[in-house]
This record gives sequence, structure tokens and C-alpha cells, in this order.
Amino acid sequence: MIKIKNKFSSPLWSDSLMASNAFKEIKKLVAQIYAETGETINFMEVCGTHTMSIAASGMRKFFPKELKMLSGPGCPVCVTSQGDIDRILEIAAIKDVIITTFGEMMRVKGSSGKDLHSVREEGADIRVLYSPLDALRIASENKDKKIVFIGVGFETTAPIIAQTVFHAHNRKINNFFITPLFKLVPPALKAVLPDGHKISGFILPGHVSVVIGSKSYNFVSEKHKVPCVVAGFEPMDIIGGINMLLLQILRKTPKVETEYFRAVTMDGNKSAQEIMKKVLKVAAAEWRAIGSIEKSGLVLSDAFKRFDAFKHFKIKHYASKEPKGCICGKIIMGLALPADCRFFGNKCTPSDAIGPCMVSSEGACAAWFKYGGQQ
Amino acid sequence: MCLAVPGKIISFKQNIAQVDFNGTKREISIDLVPEAKKNDFVLVHAGFAISVLSAKEAEETLSIFSELYAMKEDKK
Repeated sequence: MIKIKNKFSSPLWSDSLMASNAFKEIKKLVAQIYAETGETINFMEVCGTHTMSIAASGMRKFFPKELKMLSGPGCPVCVTSQGDIDRILEIAAIKDVIITTFGEMMRVKGSSGKDLHSVREEGADIRVLYSPLDALRIASENKDKKIVFIGVGFETTAPIIAQTVFHAHNRKINNFFITPLFKLVPPALKAVLPDGHKISGFILPGHVSVVIGSKSYNFVSEKHKVPCVVAGFEPMDIIGGINMLLLQILRKTPKVETEYFRAVTMDGNKSAQEIMKKVLKVAAAEWRAIGSIEKSGLVLSDAFKRFDAFKHFKIKHYASKEPKGCICGKIIMGLALPADCRFFGNKCTPSDAIGPCMVSSEGACAAWFKYGGQQ
Repeated sequence: MCLAVPGKIISFKQNIAQVDFNGTKREISIDLVPEAKKNDFVLVHAGFAISVLSAKEAEETLSIFSELYAMKEDKK
């Protein structure tokens, strides 16, 4: 009874029998729910790493058509506003600045059409790093330069950059700066949950939850009555998470469950929370296509604000202008799928991307382009 | 971008640990997991360990899955 075994030939599927049985279970549960409600089930995976795992494993092919996976606002590159990208590019053009960044940010275009990659070709010193700690080393080796680390990311990344700033402070490294553009996941969930939203359940980000703890999402199930599962990143983790969401719908018991309990606790990582609290503070943040959301981001706290590159170089705010015709904003809100965009796959491809959902390797459009989309 | 990779701590020098990622070794900061010990498995994100993984709970996850799915081979 292992008929579809060879369909899971990818090394991502460590146990094909388990996977095939899990899909049968999901099919059965979806059919039961659909018989009751007659409505399509829309689950949103909030994290870009989940988006990639779902696409790369090919699991969509095995879902019944009444089950859809939407990609949420959990790809840091995708949600960074156009105005903030322009501010980063303005810093990159300043003499004697070395920009240090995660590779993801290199190809995001500013409103002028330039990106960090093209600015580097024009002679700017821009270096892709694995860890912000490497930027500190560069700072101590280049005392005559100013080193700016591009601080984008969610609660997974914010504490490690906060910790790096704390080291710079202790070691009195005065030529190190960051662009504090951190975003928070819970306010983003609030933003995609207006009245009449069509989200039936959330697969919540595993590694953000390692830091903030699963209890941070209680408001989603309590106030909005939407089921939540914090899931790991192996395909079986996600399938298991989807199964748990379906059971919550069937039993009409929305709550926050954790499938990824080998890494995630209810309270999260206290040391990471403490360093964030010490170095950063909650502030309004600008989200691509969503706009400004109150208390949805982290900037440097008063005691550490001298590390803020925007303040140091006196970079002003820019109004955000989205690339014309790009529907990335709708996609990250779960209101459209990549294939709904008229640029998808023709004018907009990973090698020549218009919008950030195609630029970031974790963006929904890039994942669909690379691995194929839904049904 | 929130990618994190598990590895095993093989030694310490203050707050820097040597972590073995299936053969590849790298220095990793353990600032955020001060409780980590030698031979622990840690989740590493951009040069920092962010969580100590529980081997017991990883096995438990697998056994839950086996119970839920793999046992159904003979049914139907």
C-alpha cells in the first residue's frame, strides 16, 4: 500500500510512507471540513523559510484543491518599505562607508532602479556577511572607515544584531553602525486579520517563536478565533502542523499549539528577549504596501542610539512608492497569489525582479517561479 | 531569512563555541544561550546559537509522527 512512494523521492522526505499516510489524513480532514462548511480552507504560512520549504518539497501537489497555502508578511526583505531601501542606498553612496549586509538585501531595487549590487559595481564598498559579528571585525580593522550593518529582520535576527551592538558598545568600537529596520511578527498578524479576513489558520514561524515564545500569539486564537500552530521547517513538520490546524477547525477549538516543541517553548529565549529590551525599543515601522503600523518595529533605545546609521548620517525619511503594477503588497497580505500578477514570470523573474517578493529567495514569487505554484 | 541550522557544540572559549555542523566546524557565539553545554545541539542563526535543542523532544516528535501516520500501513 505504498503506491505513491516514488513521488517523495526528494531527500527532503525522510520517510515517504509517513508522508503518504499524512497526506491521506489531510485529505480526509479537508473533505470533512468542506462537507460541513462548503468553503475553501486558506492557511497562511507567515515565515519565508516555510514558504521555501513548502515550495521546494512540492507538497502543494498532494493537497486537495479545497486547501490553499497563502504566504504571509514574514519575509524581511519583502516587507522592508521602498522608502527604507532608498535610505539604505543613500548611505551606501557616502564616501568612506563600508556597507555590510546579509546577501538577501543585495538585489532589492530602490525607486531609482539601483540596488546594492549595482551601487557596488559603481565602486561602493559593500560586503555580504554571514554574521553581524564579522562586521565588528571589519570595523576594528578599518578604523578610518564607517561600517554600517543593514539591520533588517524579525525577532530571530533582532537579538543577534542587538547583541552585536552591545559588544560594539563594550569594546568601544565607534565606527560601527546599523540601520535599525526590525519588524515584529505579532503586529503583522494583526494587520492581516481585519474583519472579514479569509484566513482559516496560521502556520507560525518556528525561529521567531524560539525567541518570543508561543504565548505571544494567544491573542490570535483568543480574540480572532483563528487556529495557530508553531511549526518546524522539515516538510513533515509543516504537514504535521497543517494536520493539527485541520483538527482544531474540525473540533472548533482555536488555540496556539506547538509542533516544533523540540526548539520552541511557551516563554521563548529569555536571554535574547533581555538583550533586545536593553538595546532596542518598540516603535512604529513602515511595511511595504501595508504602510506604517504602530508598535510593529524595533529601533535603537536611547542609550544606544549613537549606533543608528540613519541618525549619524542624517538620512531623512522618504515617502514609499511601490514599483508600478507590482502586487507584492497584496501577496504578503494573503489577498493574491503570485500567478495573479501580470508581471509574474515574464517581466518579473529572479534575475530581473520588479518587486521584493521575487527578489528575496524566500519571497512567495521567487518560490513559485523556482518550484512551481499551486494546483 | 530566519534560517537556523542545528549543530553540536564540541568546545568552548569563553562565549564562543566551536560548533560542528555535520563535519563543517565554525565558531559560534553563545551569548544568547548561556546555559549551553559541551555536546549540546544548538540551533544557529547568523553566527549565534539561539536555542538548545532537546534530543528527547526531537525523538518524541518523530514517535508522534510514527504513531499518527506510519502505523496506518495495514489499514484500508
